[in-house]
Amino acid sequence: MSASPNGLPSDIGCITPPVLRERGQHEVFCGLTGIVWLHRKMPDAFFLVVGSRTCAHLLQSAAGVMIFAEPRFATAIIDERDLAGLADCNDELDRVVTRLIERRPDIRMLFLVGSCPSEVIKLDLSRAAQRLSRRFSPKVRVLNYSGSGIETTFTQGEDACLAALVGEMPKEPGTARSLLVVGALAEVVEDQLLRHFAALGVGPVRFLPGRSAAELPAIGPGTRYILAQPFLGDTARALEARGAIRIAAPFPLGAEGTTAWLRAAAETWGCGDDRIRAVTGPGEARARAACAGHRAKLDGKRIFFFPDSQLEIPLARFLARELGMTPIEVGTPYLHRAHMAEEIALLPEGVLLSEGQHVERQLDRCRAAMPDLTVCGLGLANPLEAEGMTTKWSIELVFTPIQGYDQAGDLAALFARPLDRRARLER
Amino acid sequence: MQLAVWTYEGPPHIGAMRVATAMRGVHYVLHAPQGDTYADLLFTMIERRAERPPVTYTTFQARDLGGDTAELFKASVRDAYERFRPEAMLVGASCTAELIQDDPGGLARTLGLPIPVVPLELPAYQRKENWGAAETFYQLVRAMAGPHALPPGMKRPPRASGRAPSCNLLGPTALGFRHRDDVAEVRGLLETMGIEVLIVAPLGATPADLARLGEADFNVVMYPEVAGQAAAWLKRSFGQPATTVVPIGLDATRRFVAEVAALAGVQAAAEETASRMAWYSRSVDSTYLTGKRVFIFGDATHAVAAAHVAQHELAFEVVGIGTYSREFAREIREAAKSYGVEPLISDDYLDVEQAIIALQPELVLGTQMERHIAKRLGIPCAVISAPVHVQDFPARHSPQMGAEGANVLFDTWVHPLMMGLEEHLLTMFREDFEFHDGAAPSHLGGKHAASELGIGGAPAAPPLPAPAAVTPHAAAGDPVSWGSDAERELRKIPFFVRGKARRNTERYAAERGIATITLETLYDAKAHFAR
Repeated sequence: MSASPNGLPSDIGCITPPVLRERGQHEVFCGLTGIVWLHRKMPDAFFLVVGSRTCAHLLQSAAGVMIFAEPRFATAIIDERDLAGLADCNDELDRVVTRLIERRPDIRMLFLVGSCPSEVIKLDLSRAAQRLSRRFSPKVRVLNYSGSGIETTFTQGEDACLAALVGEMPKEPGTARSLLVVGALAEVVEDQLLRHFAALGVGPVRFLPGRSAAELPAIGPGTRYILAQPFLGDTARALEARGAIRIAAPFPLGAEGTTAWLRAAAETWGCGDDRIRAVTGPGEARARAACAGHRAKLDGKRIFFFPDSQLEIPLARFLARELGMTPIEVGTPYLHRAHMAEEIALLPEGVLLSEGQHVERQLDRCRAAMPDLTVCGLGLANPLEAEGMTTKWSIELVFTPIQGYDQAGDLAALFARPLDRRARLER
Repeated sequence: MQLAVWTYEGPPHIGAMRVATAMRGVHYVLHAPQGDTYADLLFTMIERRAERPPVTYTTFQARDLGGDTAELFKASVRDAYERFRPEAMLVGASCTAELIQDDPGGLARTLGLPIPVVPLELPAYQRKENWGAAETFYQLVRAMAGPHALPPGMKRPPRASGRAPSCNLLGPTALGFRHRDDVAEVRGLLETMGIEVLIVAPLGATPADLARLGEADFNVVMYPEVAGQAAAWLKRSFGQPATTVVPIGLDATRRFVAEVAALAGVQAAAEETASRMAWYSRSVDSTYLTGKRVFIFGDATHAVAAAHVAQHELAFEVVGIGTYSREFAREIREAAKSYGVEPLISDDYLDVEQAIIALQPELVLGTQMERHIAKRLGIPCAVISAPVHVQDFPARHSPQMGAEGANVLFDTWVHPLMMGLEEHLLTMFREDFEFHDGAAPSHLGGKHAASELGIGGAPAAPPLPAPAAVTPHAAAGDPVSWGSDAERELRKIPFFVRGKARRNTERYAAERGIATITLETLYDAKAHFAR
């Protein structure tokens, strides 16, 4: 495979947009934030961050009112006594975990989540997890992963967590074929996808994460997996190490994305074209109809993405092809070339992809481009609005069900609403 | 290690950000990993600021830890200076960078920038947000005003004749609970006394303004948590006295006016403050507030002030007081002693929850967290202190200090009780024909006839459950039962005292081992409790 000057393989699509790689201040969340949605997904799991007061404050700020509902996450705050010596630190961690498990007998899986401070002091959480697993087995399994800012950006926390789960998945006896859908999705989306797969004759279908952390799906050489989220590089590698094979597809956003995603799985199962059309047709038509009303507001509008979740490229593809928007710059914290190949091939010509961030320079580019809509985090949104720009805050795209046919209209509405609001207020 | 879900205070660098963001012309370079920028959204979302906080993060990553983090830091400082051209810079480390020991102050010094660069030492594993704010403000004041300090031993020269007395307002920051409106209120109060407000800091001040702090005759310490340390240094360096009374509540405002008048050498305004609070509190509608049991928790300044207002200006009964800031534990202990209650010094919200459950107050005054605890327990609550959420950075003018502040306190604290009373009445009336569950709201033109639902005019009611928040023990299967005569008689008692009568009678019966309450028991109990 030959490589083009920008490092991209040249044979991945008809268009190879330039990629601007930047270093500097990243205006993004760290991977710890993933806990906020992962703990909702796995009701029998508890996430214990081993970190500083800053980590606890971050989780509190990101979790909003959720923090008051006895959430299944907490921080073991390292203090100066812990920094005196590592042995002491491990004893302290054991004490905190023991107390936690006594208080929450419903917990069946405990994640020790590494943070920047715990990584820098080289606290070995994998050894701690093994030690504690032995102590609390078989009632509670203890795993570890890192959600630190020095290693992970925002949604990469989910990747690290799921990658840790892969090692725990039971081995599928024999070579029975099964489909594993990877990436946390809203339950309503999972149910819709299951109905489609049933109609396509694809199955058995399992999800990672499932609705229980303790009961993981089996995996083996017959397992075909398909990514439902774009930020799962490490998880994919771990699945492949267990013999699973990836089904390449664009991500299930919008009518086109959902059909292509379902089609990729269906074809792997040998489903005929007629049947695929029959199954996906009605959903696709519904999705296009739901988007039609928003297209009037979005068509021809120019959009700029600051990096946040790695969802930016699939979203830009959806907005460009199904709603007529023009992406100017699409920033992503990390660009996984293989997983993103199908998406990049569908992007319109002239778009600038940027990987990483130098927030000041990117703001300069954004102001110069004068986009109609800017997708960015909450730290930038109000300041940019005050400068006269219209923004869509990006975190909502991670917490809201947006995948599948029946969410396509809602997804379009998320982008149409800020423009609509500005128009109404200026009237 | 401490297990934490909720933290009352952020790490100390958040305090430094609150000072930097409050000021103009200051830029803060924070040596920090990716993700620490989350703090920006506290300012842009909770306080709804229209600009980004003036903070640059170095965003070091795992691969940088080999050795060039120091170079990264220097480059960030240089770039931030070039881009923002501040009058002064703050440099420091967040919790992770503290561990890698890059010495931000030393590194920044090697750059030889043509502006003052103030290094911050904020021990993230020992201290917290308010301490960080106080330390940052102190370091900035020292750096800017230091060169103008009086020579050691020299006395402050008297104010030139003909010049109006002047003061500085110290302590308001970004993300401060009602700081914006408190400043307006206190400024107005001082100006009516003929006192000039020279500098307000850190909120809205520039480094050049800080350099002029020594010119004022005295300092007003609005928030001791932030300004105490700086005010003490200004006193040592410029001989400037500082106020000790925080003007929250009418009485405190009066004492504040007297203190300020003495410091400024002017007559205290003889005219009574324009607050409606004193009259509202005396009007007969407020009589039912008498002796309401109130639990108070927050930062020490707001908690102590709230307790005084509650006990002496609204005639509540303070049944508990506490703070999350250990630095101000002494103030809370003293206040607790004066009310004859146990002080609670803790930053663990579970301790606070336990105290509230044990004390069963009728009103909780606290932070965002107490609001949620109280909600869970069904107790009325009002917010008096940070940490607070977005709704407590209101668009309308709503100070806590001064005369208007007292009005705001009255409305804010009494409102949930009014709501509480309304809810209580609706519970009491649940069996009445106008208020039963099947009745549509009156403004919707009641569609259901009572007879259709089989509810007559005089319902044969099962005993009404007393509100759990008032009598927690009643729910725990009280063996005392009501005879039908007594039950009928109880219903003749006006609704607004019926619950109390029921509770007292049951207690009377239980204490005397009476299994069934008769008419006699009811009136015996009434006579007993009338004494």
